Amino acid sequence: MLNEEHLDRIEYILQENLIDKGVSCSLLIDMAGNIIANLDSDKAELDIYSLAALAAGNYGAVGAMANIVGEDDFSLLFHRGKDVNVHFTNILNDYLLIDIFDNGLSLGFLRLIVADAVKKIKFILNYQVDK
Amino acid sequence: MAFVNLKKKEIQAKIVYYGPGRGGKTTNIEYIYKNFEDRIDSKMVAIKTQGDRTLFFDFFPFNIGRINGYKIKIQLYTVPGQVKYNATRRVVLNGADGVVFVADALAVQRKANIISLKNLQENLKHYQKNIFKVPFVFQYNKMDLLKKEVPILPLEALTGDLNEQLNRPSFVASALEGTNVVATLKKIIIMTVASIKMSLQ
Repeated sequence: MLNEEHLDRIEYILQENLIDKGVSCSLLIDMAGNIIANLDSDKAELDIYSLAALAAGNYGAVGAMANIVGEDDFSLLFHRGKDVNVHFTNILNDYLLIDIFDNGLSLGFLRLIVADAVKKIKFILNYQVDK
Repeated sequence: MAFVNLKKKEIQAKIVYYGPGRGGKTTNIEYIYKNFEDRIDSKMVAIKTQGDRTLFFDFFPFNIGRINGYKIKIQLYTVPGQVKYNATRRVVLNGADGVVFVADALAVQRKANIISLKNLQENLKHYQKNIFKVPFVFQYNKMDLLKKEVPILPLEALTGDLNEQLNRPSFVASALEGTNVVATLKKIIIMTVASIKMSLQ
C-alpha cells in the first residue's frame, strides 16, 4: 500500500514536472478507476471521479481493441480537442497517468515531461511493489 | 481492488451491478442516484446506445460517511447486460470490490440469468477472482410484475438456478418501485467494507 510519504512524493512529481510546466490537470489512477493522486492548476474545475471512471474504461477498451488486432497495447493514447487535450500513459500496467492540457503546450513537449514524470513515479511504485 | 488513501484518509471501493440485459441494473442505480442526490457530488455518467440500452457503463461515486476515521467513497457501476458486449463488461469488472447480481425474475429470462451468472464467474476468473470469495449479493428483480399477472419465476426456482451453491444474501425486489433497492445496496456495502477491512489486517 502507498503510504503518506509515497503519496507526497507522487504529488510533488505531478506538481513540479507537470502542473508547473503548463499541464492543467494531472491524475494518477488505478485501472479500476480509483484516484491515487490528483493535482490541477487553478483554472481546472473538473469532475475528477467521473473523469477517472471514464478514463479507466476508455483505456481498458482500447487495450481490448489492441488485443483483437494482435497488439499487446497501443503505446500512444491521446485525444485532441479544439481547446483541451487529454493524454494517457500506462504505468507498470496497473496505473494510468492522465494529463489534461490546452493548446499552449505542444504534444511533443508534453510527452517529454510526462516521460520524465513517469520514470520518477515508476521508481516509487516499483519500490512499493517490491516491498 | 479498493484504494486506501492514507493521506486523505479515504477509501475508494468499486461495486458493480451485473446481470442479464434489461434486468434492471440501470434502474437500480438510477433509483439510488435520485434518492441520495445530497451524498453524490457528481453527475451520473451513462454511456448508452441510441436505443437507450447500456453500451459501456453507468457510474457515479457515492459518499457513505466515515468508518474508523476513513471517508468511504463507493463507486457504483453497471455493466452492459447484452451478451455481445462481453469485452466492455469485462473492462468494467476490473478491480471490482463487490458485485450485485440483478437477476430478472421474468419466467422467459430464466436461461439468460444462468448464462449471465456463468459469464460473471468467467470474467471474475480472468482477474484471478473467485466468485465464491468476492462480496456478492443477489437481487431478484421485477417481482412487482406478479401483481400484473405476468409469468414470474418462483423464488425457489431463482434460488435453485442461481444461489444454491453460492448461498449469498438475496433480496426480492422491484427496482422500478424502489422495493429493496436500498436494502440490496446496504448489504453489498457492508460486505465490501468488511472485506476491505479484513484485507488490511
